[in-house]
Amino acid sequence: MYRYDDRDRAIINDRVVQFRGQTERYLAGELSEEQFLPLRLQNGLYIQRLAPMLRIAVPYGLLNSSQLRRLARVSRDYDKGYAHFTTRQNLQYNWPQLEDVPAILAELAEVEMHAVQTSGNCIRNTTSDPYAGIALDEIADPRPYCELIRQWSTFHPEFAFLPRKFKIAVSGSEQDRAAIRVHDIGVQIVKHGEEIGFQVLVGGGQGRTPVIAETIRDFLPEEDLLSYLEAIVRVYNQLGRRDNKYKARIKILVKALGPEEFGRRVEEEWQHIKDGVEKLTPEALQWAKSFFTAPDYKTFDGAASEAALQQQADSDKAFARWLDRNTYPHRVPGYRAIKLSTKPTGVPPGDVTDRQLEAIADLADAFSFGEARATHDQNVVLADVEQGQLYELWQQARKHGFATPNIGTLTDMICCPGGDYCSLANAKSIPVAEAIQRRFDDMDYLYDLGDLNLNISGCMNACGHHHVGHIGILGVDKKGEEFYQIQLGGSASNEASLAKVLGPSFSRAEVPEVIGKILDLYVEQRQAEEPFIDTYNRIGLQPFKERVYAKAN
Amino acid sequence: MPKPIKLGPQPGNPTELILNGEVATNEWKILPQLEEGETFDINALPPGKVILPLRQWQAHREALAKRSAEVGVWLDSDEGAELIGSEAANLPLIAIHFPAFADGRGFSAGRLLRERFGFKGELRAVGGFMRDQLTYLQRCGFNAYAFEGEQPLTILKESLHDFGDSYQSGVDQPLPMFRRRF
Repeated sequence: MYRYDDRDRAIINDRVVQFRGQTERYLAGELSEEQFLPLRLQNGLYIQRLAPMLRIAVPYGLLNSSQLRRLARVSRDYDKGYAHFTTRQNLQYNWPQLEDVPAILAELAEVEMHAVQTSGNCIRNTTSDPYAGIALDEIADPRPYCELIRQWSTFHPEFAFLPRKFKIAVSGSEQDRAAIRVHDIGVQIVKHGEEIGFQVLVGGGQGRTPVIAETIRDFLPEEDLLSYLEAIVRVYNQLGRRDNKYKARIKILVKALGPEEFGRRVEEEWQHIKDGVEKLTPEALQWAKSFFTAPDYKTFDGAASEAALQQQADSDKAFARWLDRNTYPHRVPGYRAIKLSTKPTGVPPGDVTDRQLEAIADLADAFSFGEARATHDQNVVLADVEQGQLYELWQQARKHGFATPNIGTLTDMICCPGGDYCSLANAKSIPVAEAIQRRFDDMDYLYDLGDLNLNISGCMNACGHHHVGHIGILGVDKKGEEFYQIQLGGSASNEASLAKVLGPSFSRAEVPEVIGKILDLYVEQRQAEEPFIDTYNRIGLQPFKERVYAKAN
Repeated sequence: MPKPIKLGPQPGNPTELILNGEVATNEWKILPQLEEGETFDINALPPGKVILPLRQWQAHREALAKRSAEVGVWLDSDEGAELIGSEAANLPLIAIHFPAFADGRGFSAGRLLRERFGFKGELRAVGGFMRDQLTYLQRCGFNAYAFEGEQPLTILKESLHDFGDSYQSGVDQPLPMFRRRF
């Protein structure tokens, strides 16, 4: 993974000093709330319903064990001993004291971490595929490009006060696991012959007005990545709406101009700068790639290793299940990636205790070259595990509450913090997640249902990605009461689609029952091994609607 | 030329500003945009150095040529650098108005004037920007900062040095870090 040198360290330390000064000025009354707001937001600090919330940047989800241990220590010393993995591969503290934030940032800087641009109307943390570098369908490793984008966007002087927040995702594989079609900019690595380049998509997003991104360039040469991004954001900075925050995202501008005209303006701007200093040099590209080389893998006989694993699986059903749901194929024979589930029943999705953060660090050190990856579905990946060690890892993961074999199933929900924490929320989301987990706790049933994404947002800002859940649940406010709208058919994959609203909303108590009816219909209607989303795409919304809203006889 | 129905906040004329890193006397007078129904009389310009709204400068460019060393232009946040274009190279001063600190269009305008349109004169930030934006402004090519109202400028100017280095290209350091690491 990327390691800081003296220059990176100097910049982050300057930021720590700057933010300490800003916090002191605010506490001394020299900065108004309004003035302090963008400054604290660009340092990831929100004022929430009950306490401040501090969002720590985890660049494209990569963490090493010393960072995990420091995050654990900070949660113990400055918070209530837990933290929360977000859908942008970041990590949040829900209970820090405002006065302590400068000290927290100083502690994090010691392990090359920060909270820069994790909020505010600026370029946010770039996200990517949690299986980068190991996936079988990878075209090229996205991480070097993510790191180059991270550096380019960090304290970008021109783009710190954009019309609205700005999110970039990079996918390096054939299957999109970074949801690039619902980002302000989606970058897809492609190859023309041996030449690496990028397909560039713009104007996707969730929130109040969900939009699937449009392609404005089919092939951008590798060395032009940063100058082209600069052209896009420059056009947006100048033309994006600033009169209405709900119409300020780039997706609204792209819609208004049309993707072709928007793309034309980007190309026009880019012509001025494409051969300028932001053009990536061969040395810079090679340097960025040098941080993401393969670790020191052992040589295994792949077939023998598979056979041995199969034997273990045959003799232990629980292990077999975990193997089936929570592990992921690896391009090197004898290795697998594994996903630690943060979603056992009764724990808010994405929440981990200080002890668990330390356990992840220990597991990473023992089994995966000391590194771990936060995922956009709020779990944690250990990417490089020897198959011969999976059984041992599974047992240890179980001890720490990470081995719930529910990855990719109904109970592996994406869920925002909702009304329990967030001041924007219309409704709570965590209790809804828990009620669903409790109702559908039969593992045999969950396996039978197979791959199913259920996403919950507590308001239309869509932090819980409800628009792109196979089943999406949206908290709404009806005359001061919390209700929940159900949507079906969303997807953030290559065939991205936006979920459609089923019909009138339900009370919280009704939600598990409604989900039950939807699943019953799916089970009745599915053909052979057909996953939920395929059945939905085949039969459409109407049969689900009829089932859910049928009058009781 | 269509006129705005209602004018937003207009830049003021503080007595002092930060210029090239030091506190200095403000030698320029900025003229506000015209209210509806108001007319502009080029012969009634105040003596000394003046900064005209873009539209008045555009309308009277030829007539102003005689006193060109004393005439600057200011851009509002919805007026792009291309409206001055390569004429920028002949101007002694361009001011860019930030009606609110969150309106970041002026950062792009500043860079374009310096990097694309060859502007070498004084690039002045006016309006509601804040101290904590000074490093960004400086990186976008600004060298003068006229804060609204009375401000402790000797303290504020310290923020010009909040950061000692930067990752990406800017006017102050044209080479991105990836071209300086090796």
